Amino acid sequence: MNIINNMKLSFISKSVNESFARSAVAAFLLPLDPTVAEIADIKTAVSEAVTNAIVHAYPEQFGTVYIDMRLTDTGRAIIKIRDKGIGIPDIEKAMEPLYTTSTDERAGLGFAVMQSFTDRVRVRSTVGKGTTVTLEKNIIRSAHGKK
Amino acid sequence: MVDMTYQNGVVTARLCGEIDHHIAPKLRGEIDACCESCRPSRLVLDYGSVSFMDSSGIGLVMGRYRMISLLGGRLEVVNVPKGLKKIFTLSGLENLGVMK
Repeated sequence: MNIINNMKLSFISKSVNESFARSAVAAFLLPLDPTVAEIADIKTAVSEAVTNAIVHAYPEQFGTVYIDMRLTDTGRAIIKIRDKGIGIPDIEKAMEPLYTTSTDERAGLGFAVMQSFTDRVRVRSTVGKGTTVTLEKNIIRSAHGKK
Repeated sequence: MVDMTYQNGVVTARLCGEIDHHIAPKLRGEIDACCESCRPSRLVLDYGSVSFMDSSGIGLVMGRYRMISLLGGRLEVVNVPKGLKKIFTLSGLENLGVMK
């Protein structure tokens, strides 16, 4: 599996940038010839991860959210969403459906959506240092004719 | 973002565009203000023109369900586009009996 394209972007953790982040990721995905449903899945999963960073990683002040996206020659999209925020004390608990620490009408479905809409979700976090969420999804109808 | 109408005891909120964590509070504010003013027996959330939503759109439904229940009314969610069915199914909202 070789990386055929890579992009990085960073932005301030303002909620107005959630739309920008998922749109940028979707645009970068286009050379893999994704279906409308695959684009929607990726946009939704990225929106959840970026929102988590904005809401939970930087609760008191703005910080920076980083996205590193890679496309492989096997038609796989690998997207890392990273922050340098407060971290997650208990990742297993945070990933439970309907669990939320937010009081702002959050559904507590962020990680459940990420898991359902992608092929693989990995979460690494250190309290006080930050969190990295890695989303991976195979684009079935790759422009390269490969799975 | 949202077009509100009130007729015969029913408030209909026609949502359009994208619903995410940035947009949801504005929608919530408009819908709640209208319902608190009109005290409808039924609140209809029409998702027919929503092009994208993440779980913030689910939170919007859950919150409006609580709000309208406290006002003595009931909630209906209608015209969910095919592309949004997956996240609605994942949320388990069908169990609330609000999906029409």
